Amino acid sequence: MVASLEQVFRDEWGRVLAALIGRLGDFELAEEAAQEAFAAAAERWPAEGMPANPRAWLVTAARNRAIDRIRRDRTLRAKVRLLDVPEAGEERMPEMTIPVERLELLFTCCHPALALDAQVALTLRTLGGLGTREIARAFLVPEETMAKRLVRAKHKIRAAGIPFRVPPAHLLPDRLAAVLAVAYLIYNEGYGGRRELSAEAIRLGRALAELMPDEPEALGLLALMLMNDARRDARFAAGEVVLLRDQDRSLWDLEQLGEGRALLDRALALGGRGPYVVQAALASLHADDPPDWAQIAALYGELGRLTGSPVVELNRAVALAEAGEVEPALALVERLDLDRYHYLHATRGELLRRLDRTAEARAAYRRALQLVHSDAERRHLERRLAELRPR
Amino acid sequence: MKYMLMIHQGTAPTPRDPEEWAKLPEEEQNAVYADYQAINETPGVSPGLQLQPAETATTVRVQDGRTLTTDGPFVAVKEALGGYLLFEADDLDAAIELAARIPAARLGGAIEVRPIAEW
Repeated sequence: MVASLEQVFRDEWGRVLAALIGRLGDFELAEEAAQEAFAAAAERWPAEGMPANPRAWLVTAARNRAIDRIRRDRTLRAKVRLLDVPEAGEERMPEMTIPVERLELLFTCCHPALALDAQVALTLRTLGGLGTREIARAFLVPEETMAKRLVRAKHKIRAAGIPFRVPPAHLLPDRLAAVLAVAYLIYNEGYGGRRELSAEAIRLGRALAELMPDEPEALGLLALMLMNDARRDARFAAGEVVLLRDQDRSLWDLEQLGEGRALLDRALALGGRGPYVVQAALASLHADDPPDWAQIAALYGELGRLTGSPVVELNRAVALAEAGEVEPALALVERLDLDRYHYLHATRGELLRRLDRTAEARAAYRRALQLVHSDAERRHLERRLAELRPR
Repeated sequence: MKYMLMIHQGTAPTPRDPEEWAKLPEEEQNAVYADYQAINETPGVSPGLQLQPAETATTVRVQDGRTLTTDGPFVAVKEALGGYLLFEADDLDAAIELAARIPAARLGGAIEVRPIAEW
């Protein structure tokens, strides 16, 4: 009972909160009321049994608490929207409105008038249902700092009039990009090892894909995260980084890879050619055995045009080299303005090694070692350097 | 919601600095005038009062009961308030859209959007 109660709470928090904010138009009031309703449920459900529709019970209980509070505060004028809603019994809870309200909540949390770290924290708190302590731990900041960040963000939403709605069409492309960026940032925070964050990002990605089933970039992002995450158990062995070509494919989660590929196909069928769709296509191609490096290089070229990122160009160089075009790859690497980036020097070292320019390769690996931060990657580079035969 | 949009000219040329202003092509000068006029005529906008340039400001402090005055604005001249307007809008998105139409925002300055406290 305890485990299932926790699961229900986790699953329902974002939905209940979204429904409440939609009705109350007040973030802080909604959160306080939701907390009280969840506390009441934790007390009553184990004794009385779980209601038939837990979500409706929670929304109704929270709504009634919010009304009590508003009556106490006598600030009725600002909260008329709540009172327009007729008294609702459990059975009359409009089930269909909740997905829309979750989407509205997500766009509010990821509003560009909030700092990016606040967007991320609010999204995890409200849609992910993570506690302040969990979020603080995941981002390696003191709990008090995270609590302040959340309070400040919620206060700004109300005081500055950040709207609770899906943005109109002329604002949507930019705002959707912001929402997807927050989900992807959470995913990447987890990619370095904090698995609970990757899992949370995938949950968010699923919600986005469910809420916007015709938006190729939302599908592309979920596909990308699923396919990369499918290789999670093969990326490290005994604490060491394992390169893709050396990974034990039996450790890949093939079901998840397949789910990602199916989503990618849908995104492509919808005409998606945006950055997340292209990255998902790249993740899919990388998982082929053997990968089609020429096609991968071409797709990196497309991604580079979309993003203008020199890091993408660096990846294109790696793909070119794998396709046998080592000299053009080296020429490309040497054009890039990424001197502080250890991957640039590690890549350059590898390409020079393949061209038998050993002394230059050694110098490039040494430069990469000066810049690298992760111990696992440092050991990897030291091994590559030691393998260079002296001439 | 009511917002104050504070216009910081930054490096944006204005007619108050005729030399810099003259560097703008005439069509751009006319566009700036037309844009400000359109903004002032936007429903919900109450145009603010014109301020003299920041160089004419005097900053006043009181320390130990003594009034201290310094020449110039409280912040750096480039960061000083150049003008303002009031805007009654549904939400912050509407205020941001109006702010983006103010010429200073695209000519090297910036607009600060602040909600007005209501009691």
